[in-house]
Amino acid sequence: MGGTKMAAAEKGTWTVKKGLAEMLKGGVIMDVTTPEQAKIAEEAGACAVMALERVPADIRAAGGVARMADPTVILRIMDAVTIPVMAKARIGHFVEAQILEALGVDYIDESEVLTPADEEFHINKHEFKVPFVCGARNLGEALRRIGEGAAMIRTKGEPGTGNVVEAVRHMRRVMSEIRRVQNLPDEELMTFAKEIQAPYELVKQVKELGRLPVVNFAAGGIATPADAALMMQLGADGIFVGSGIFKSSDPMKRARAIVAATTHFREPEILAEVSKDLGEAMPGLEIATIRQEERMQERGW
Amino acid sequence: MKIGVLAMQGAFREHIASLAALGVEGVEIRRERQLEGIAGLIIPGGESTTIGKLMVEFNLLEPIRELAAAGMPVFGTCAGMVLLARDIIGSDQPRLGLMHVSVQRNAYGRQVDSFEVDLEIPVLGEEPFHAVFIRAPYLERVEPPAESLATFMGKTVMARQGNLLATAFHPELTKDLRVHRYFLEMIK
Repeated sequence: MGGTKMAAAEKGTWTVKKGLAEMLKGGVIMDVTTPEQAKIAEEAGACAVMALERVPADIRAAGGVARMADPTVILRIMDAVTIPVMAKARIGHFVEAQILEALGVDYIDESEVLTPADEEFHINKHEFKVPFVCGARNLGEALRRIGEGAAMIRTKGEPGTGNVVEAVRHMRRVMSEIRRVQNLPDEELMTFAKEIQAPYELVKQVKELGRLPVVNFAAGGIATPADAALMMQLGADGIFVGSGIFKSSDPMKRARAIVAATTHFREPEILAEVSKDLGEAMPGLEIATIRQEERMQERGW
Repeated sequence: MKIGVLAMQGAFREHIASLAALGVEGVEIRRERQLEGIAGLIIPGGESTTIGKLMVEFNLLEPIRELAAAGMPVFGTCAGMVLLARDIIGSDQPRLGLMHVSVQRNAYGRQVDSFEVDLEIPVLGEEPFHAVFIRAPYLERVEPPAESLATFMGKTVMARQGNLLATAFHPELTKDLRVHRYFLEMIK
């Protein structure tokens, strides 16, 4: 029974890669560094966790080269929870990605939070069965990553700062460029694709759909329920919270509040309720105080 | 006729699009008061733990149980199937717990094992249904009055119990509208 059916089952297709991101929509993906944190995140209602050795704020503070996490850390986190587990590979480091795929992680974040391994080329993500999420600051960057096989996009923001201003900038930019594409006559699409350095076929798809062809989350600097709801109202499909939860004084309470705010992002009275008595948020960083070469969003192209 | 689509988290947008393709209005449900006036409810795919916790926090479990008990059709896909099951193997997570079935979460493995396959579903006719399984569950046991409507490799992946319908796969991710149409016929 089923032997011939199994032969017909296809794994790692574009539909299932993109499909998992569709299932994460309206949810919060939280950075965790230990199995205990992963359990707190799951208990608080995270729809997935990002397994890391250090959260972005600590990576920023530590300096030096930031690499893929130790597989032991990732495997322990995978054992601790039933929700999907993501992990980060360096930009262009396709061997780190091969290792993460072999570990069985559910999504790979080719991430500017780590030190890039290649300053010219991103990973050819079509080659993998595991899906990828990539950061983007504008429509052209988002479509280049999708062209390389990313099945999910997130804003870059400025990770590890607890300052939402860059995520807002990137989300507004992508949304306004999408609105612009929708208003272009077809004969202007090729020139627009050339200007934003994006694949023409994907630009056409954006015009037809009125949105990116994959799920688009907000990331990089989200620290409060209000930040999460702000990004959702600006058009994000869901939220990544990096340092914002486990660098705050009461991670469980803050995590639950951000989850509720992401679901009820249009209901100010619920946002007011869940924003009460959360304790100290993570200490924030003013973007202007970060030197240009230390801005993570400048990594990748 | 309006169909509610539970919108705590997950693929509610796709279900609303499938309903629209059938000429039916789907409305997002996040609060108890939004349940008023709906003729049926879809619980989408997503993370069953996340959706269940939010249903507890925003007091949706009991009102939905009452509507289902009064005969309103409810259709759960993937996480929705998990939330409809009475027994979730190895988990005490919140649930509606209405169908006499035992569900195994992430039954086929992790994301790299997610797959697409053509399924035979007799109630939908002879043409196979192209089914997308994403970190999908299956039903380990199906007890009356629940009945299996489709199996894959010996496990039930679609089941019905009176006004309740569940699929382990995602009909909202394909253009084939037969499962949604089957659900809408349960309402009439």
